[in-house]
Amino acid sequence: MTGVTIELQTRRRVGRDALAIGVATGAYGLSYGAIAVASGLSVAQASALSLFAFTGASQFALVGVVGAGGSTVAALVTALLLGSRNTLYAVRLTGLFPARRALAAHLVIDETTAMAVTHADRVQARRAFWLTGAAVFVCWNLATLIGAFAGDLIADPAALGLDAAFPAAFLALLAPKLRERPVLVAAVGGAAVALLATPYLPAGLPVLLAVVPALVVAQRLRRGTP
Amino acid sequence: MTALWIAVLATCVGCFALKLAGFALPRRIVDHPSVRGAVELAPVALLAALIAVGTFTTAQRLAMDARAAGLAVAALLVLARAPFLLVVIAAAATAAGLRALA
Repeated sequence: MTGVTIELQTRRRVGRDALAIGVATGAYGLSYGAIAVASGLSVAQASALSLFAFTGASQFALVGVVGAGGSTVAALVTALLLGSRNTLYAVRLTGLFPARRALAAHLVIDETTAMAVTHADRVQARRAFWLTGAAVFVCWNLATLIGAFAGDLIADPAALGLDAAFPAAFLALLAPKLRERPVLVAAVGGAAVALLATPYLPAGLPVLLAVVPALVVAQRLRRGTP
Repeated sequence: MTALWIAVLATCVGCFALKLAGFALPRRIVDHPSVRGAVELAPVALLAALIAVGTFTTAQRLAMDARAAGLAVAALLVLARAPFLLVVIAAAATAAGLRALA
């Protein structure tokens, strides 16, 4: 196979994967829209969040707190806590985007980061990011509207196994990187710390704590003792 | 304006600001050899944590259910170098199938 053929295949694969992630996110968007309205948000409020906050975990957290009768301050704090991992993703991705930085920043989420970091080649990484960002943005926002209007007609994402699909997708995307031992150690450490912390810390913080093992591994690598 | 609208708009502004903050760090800091390793490793560790929390917890409690089976199938397929779409669909089908049987 020639290099050109391989590159063409990679491009096709990235496009197909981006579209699949978009569709799966859309299925969750239906559920988000329905839950948002059931929790007391208007369709406009549910859509404003999907358009401008555009980070699923924060949006689900906000409508969850509001739906449970929590204060709006608690809802905001929880949403921001869950959104703060995007800051760390953006630090990693900043070098990829010399232009259109505000738009790129808006699309920095779990899915786009996972797709971008799997490509060592910067051009491919950027393309994977934009394609995934566009697919997720369109599907998430359309689905929010449909879910908000159709409400109870929407199937439960768990019945479709979608809650298992996302961890599987992230695992598949990270897998090539996990073949490097320091990356594997940081990943396993991050997963363990987050699980151990989950019963004791508010939602959002356990995942953030995964940076601690990442920092430890990076420090050891620098000292030359991996 | 209602309190709910204020919370919604503050979340929109806050979530965008959090993303932009990561882009605001100067390149000479992000690319500095002393932090480059941590910058590279952090997203992978965070996504791995997301996989773990998304699979093994429910409402801030540890849990073992159909999602774990889905992830196990996904891990096997990843080791066998199956294509991305197959991994994702097989994981979803495993979890959905187990729940339909239960």
